[in-house]
Parts: sequence; structure tokens; C-alpha cells
Amino acid sequence: MSDDERIARETVAKVSRLARLALTDDEIDETTAQLAKMLDHFADIDALELADVEPMTQPYPLRNVFRDDVERAVLDRSEVLAQAPKAVDGRFEVPPILGLEES
Amino acid sequence: MTAHDVPTTAIDIAAAVRAGIVSASDVVERHLAAIDAHERDVHAFNRVLADQARAAAAAIDAAVAAGDDPGPLAGVPVALKDNLCTRGVPTTCSSKILDGWRPPYDATVVTRLAAAGAIAVGKTNLDEFAMGSSTENSAFGPTRNPHDVERVPGGSSGGSAAAVAAGFAPVGLGSDTGGSIRQPAALCGVVGVKPTYGLVSRYGLVAFASSLDQVGPFTHTVADAAAVLEIIGGHDPMDSTSIPEPVPDLSALLDDGVDGLRVGRITDLPTGADPDVVERVEAAFDALAAAGATIVDVEVPAFTYGLTAYYLIAPAEASSNLARYDGVRYGLRVDAPDTNAMYMATRHEGFGAEVKRRIMLGTYALSAGYYDAYYGKALKVRRLIADDFARAYERADVLLTPASPSVAFAFGDKTDDPLAMYLCDTYTIPSNLSGHPGMSVPFGTGAHDLPIGVQVLAPALHEPTMFRVAAELERAAPPTPAPRMIDVAVGGAGSAR
Repeated sequence: MSDDERIARETVAKVSRLARLALTDDEIDETTAQLAKMLDHFADIDALELADVEPMTQPYPLRNVFRDDVERAVLDRSEVLAQAPKAVDGRFEVPPILGLEES
Repeated sequence: MTAHDVPTTAIDIAAAVRAGIVSASDVVERHLAAIDAHERDVHAFNRVLADQARAAAAAIDAAVAAGDDPGPLAGVPVALKDNLCTRGVPTTCSSKILDGWRPPYDATVVTRLAAAGAIAVGKTNLDEFAMGSSTENSAFGPTRNPHDVERVPGGSSGGSAAAVAAGFAPVGLGSDTGGSIRQPAALCGVVGVKPTYGLVSRYGLVAFASSLDQVGPFTHTVADAAAVLEIIGGHDPMDSTSIPEPVPDLSALLDDGVDGLRVGRITDLPTGADPDVVERVEAAFDALAAAGATIVDVEVPAFTYGLTAYYLIAPAEASSNLARYDGVRYGLRVDAPDTNAMYMATRHEGFGAEVKRRIMLGTYALSAGYYDAYYGKALKVRRLIADDFARAYERADVLLTPASPSVAFAFGDKTDDPLAMYLCDTYTIPSNLSGHPGMSVPFGTGAHDLPIGVQVLAPALHEPTMFRVAAELERAAPPTPAPRMIDVAVGGAGSAR
């Protein structure tokens, strides 16, 4: 498969929206070319027989971790909110969620 | 004792401070003086914590004067990678998107080092969010290699590696997701350790790829690395992936030698290492054989697929972890009329090119229609790698490989080709995927008289064996040259031990 067939520009544009990254047209062009080259290299694993291989998401099987249900110190809310770009009345402040621009 | 008599290793500094032979304040002043003299050439730090370090040193000295034990690392300056949270002290990940953020808590490793008497002297530069192999991806400009300031220190923990090599601190902490401790350690001529996944707490390490990230030390000597790992390792209830066991004793084993140990040579290791690197690895095999180890041939067929598996899995995890940088709770916000536009604008403005590239790659690999072909397949390759390692470790106690395919390269050499940069991690990546420990030990020099590191790999929780082999290599190693930008008064640490 050649580079330009590996990933389409429209796919890259869609992925940038999924990732909430506002990319310029030039950045989408550049990203398309770079991802195509990488995916071409990554095709080396296509030769492997993987049908019977169990996926491995973690180095070890993770077990649920429990702790005693006791009160203890947590982060100071005012210290946390002091780091926010905007905060009001003990909460994070954001612009309107709905309506002004299509997502 | 004058400031010039301050020892160069962590163990010697702590012993002198605890015995009252040298004050922690003298130790800190000597290192701040080295920073003052050479930081403008190296740019190891995003922030130097001079006032905080002086105050901590005064407290240590007061404890010594009062007859209290100031801790096993008393007075030891440490350089912290700037993706480790420090309460009230800016933690940037070398990204514009965390501009101005002061974490409301300390990373567990930071807490443990302070409790042991160590003194943080600064937050070190890195590739943005630890994504890179040269520290050129920092929003604050690159760090320079103390052995040749026209060359990279490696990355992503290039600032911590350079800080130790330059004599700014005898201990640095880094994080290693695909080689980000071992590769810069090799390029800067210092010891660098990536512990077993879960041995060191990740609480307060800003997440890049959570199933791969591990914190570890940079030091001049293997013994110092052991001493630091014994402090920062061990179970932490704040990290659900933390192994619920104490860290094994390492320091007591360093003189045990390698007699009877089986050292594996991977016969199907990916090619691409430069001849000078290959020559040093061969010399390392010879040195271990001469010390009584048996060299055995092993195969790790899936090793060569590590790069592909890693560059699908790590960006996939990163794309999820970095979703939190949305302009709501911390750092940068670019104002916009609604939240979605605010997210898009903030992330466009705040992230650098490599971080965007990996978010795009990871989001793509996880997206509907491509998940099975990329992320799903990569997870299966990860299993193959772990299985191949397990078979190899039936025949060998440790494996020996290059840490980096080359000595330190020049700035700009690989910035135009992301894939060329990724290949720097060929030999380090597989043990992140399997969760195994690995470390780079300086073992002579190659082209341009630049340091070369040999990598020792071991099975999970086999740090004791890994450190025994590393200590033997250190005994056999030619002295590492002193960094060229450092004058004799503050340098020479590189040839310690």
C-alpha cells in the first residue's frame, strides 16, 4: 500500500475533531503525510499470525484494589480551584456548553 | 572542610552530612554554584529551586546539630524531572498547556526523597509530556549535552541526565515510558534505571502512557542508583498498579560479582546500532565472561516488532491521558464562545507538534473501524514480546544490549523525521511493553569520545541480579570522561568510582 492510500486526509480531519485539536489545513496535510509514513512502517506486524494471541493491556493482570472505608485528608478545594483558569463560587467556570457552535 | 571537598556521590555526601563532616548547606551551595556557572550552557532546568533548597539544607543541618537522624540521603541534592508533581511549585511537563500550574500535592517519590533527607534543587527540562528522545520537543528550548553542547542529551528525561552529568546534582529522577531514562543516561555517560513496572509509585507522575510509565533514578554510580531506588521504591496505596511488596535489598549485593550468572546475547536483535556501540557491548560481554559469567545465545523474535507495538499503544494511552488538558481545571485556557471551541483552541495553542502528532496517531489507532487493525493488533504483539522474553529468561538471568543505537547526535539531526527519532528507542522499548526492568551503565566511549551505555535487562522484580551485573560492568568500565563544559573544580564526578 502506498503512503497516500494508507490514510485519507478526510480521516485525519475527522480524527482531529475527535481529539478536540483544531488543526489548520496545512497541519492536516502534514499530519496526513506523517501518519501515512508511520502506518506504512507499522505494517511490519501485518505479517504476524496473531489470531490465537491474547491481547496484553498491562504488564500484569490487574486486581481490584480495596482499602478501608475511612475518612482521611483529601486535596484542599481552594488550593485546587486556585489553579483553574476561571473559578466561581467554589466551582470551575466554563463558557456555555450548548448552542453557539456545532461540535 | 571547604565547599570543594564536598563528595561527588550521593552515598558519600549522605555519609559526610550524617557524620557532621560536611554541612548540607555546603553541599547545596556547591551545587548551586555549579548550576550558576554552567546552567546557561546546558539548560538542564526549567526552574532552579535555590531558596527552597537552602531552607531544606538548613533544616537538615539543624537536625544533625540536634543529634537527630537526618535520613539515609541526608543533604543529597536531587534534580526532579518536571513531570513530577511538586506541591506549590510549578510543574510544566515542558508544555505551554500547563503554564502556571502549581500542583496541589507532591508525587510519592518526591515525598519519599524529602523524608530521606534529599534536597530538591530544581525541576528539569524534558520533551513535552515526555514524548521524544532528544529533549528538543520542549516548549522552553532544548537541553544541551554536557559532553558536547552542540549535541542532544537524549530524552525525554534529558534535563535530569544532563544535570547529573554536569555535576548540578548527584541524583536525578526521570520517567521511562519507552527508554526516556536509559537512552539519555547512555548519551550523557551516567547510570539510568527503569525499574520493574509497579516497583516505584506513579502517584504524582503526570501520566503519558499509564501501562508503560515508570519513575527511576539517574546517578554517577550503580551504588547510588541502588540507594535511591531503595528509597523511592516499594508499595504505595495511592497507585493501584503499585506492587504490594517492599523494594528488594540491592545495595548489599553489589560486590557479589557475576560468577555463575547466565548473560544472554539476543541473536536476532534488530540491527541498526552503530559499530562503536556494538564494539562496546561486545567488550561488556567479554568483561562479564572474564568475571565468571556464562554467555548464552537466546532468541527474542518479537523484539523487532516492539517499535510498532509501542508507537501504537503509547500514543493510544496518551490520547486518552491528555484529554484532561482542556482548559477547564488547570493551566492554559484560550477563551472561546462555547466549551467545545474552547477545548479545540486551547489544545491547539497549548500542545506542541510532537504531542499533537501522538494524540492524532493514538486517537486514530483507537477510533471505530481502525481499533482492531492497529491498537488491538499492537496489544497482541505486546503479548508475543512478553512471551518471548519469558522463554529467553528461562535460559539467561539477564540480557545485554545497547541502550541507544548511537552516541549523542547533533541538534536537528532527527527533528524533520519523526520515525528516525522513534528508532532511538529500538532497544529500550520492549522491556516497557513487558514491564521488565532495565538499566544503562556507562561503558566507555565511541565516536567523538562521547559516552556509550550498555543496557542490562532482567525479568520482572529481578533488580537484584540486574544491579549485580551492572556493578560488575561498572568495575570493568573505562573511566567516563569529564564533561567538557565543566571545569575541574566542579567536575570530575563522571569518573567517580
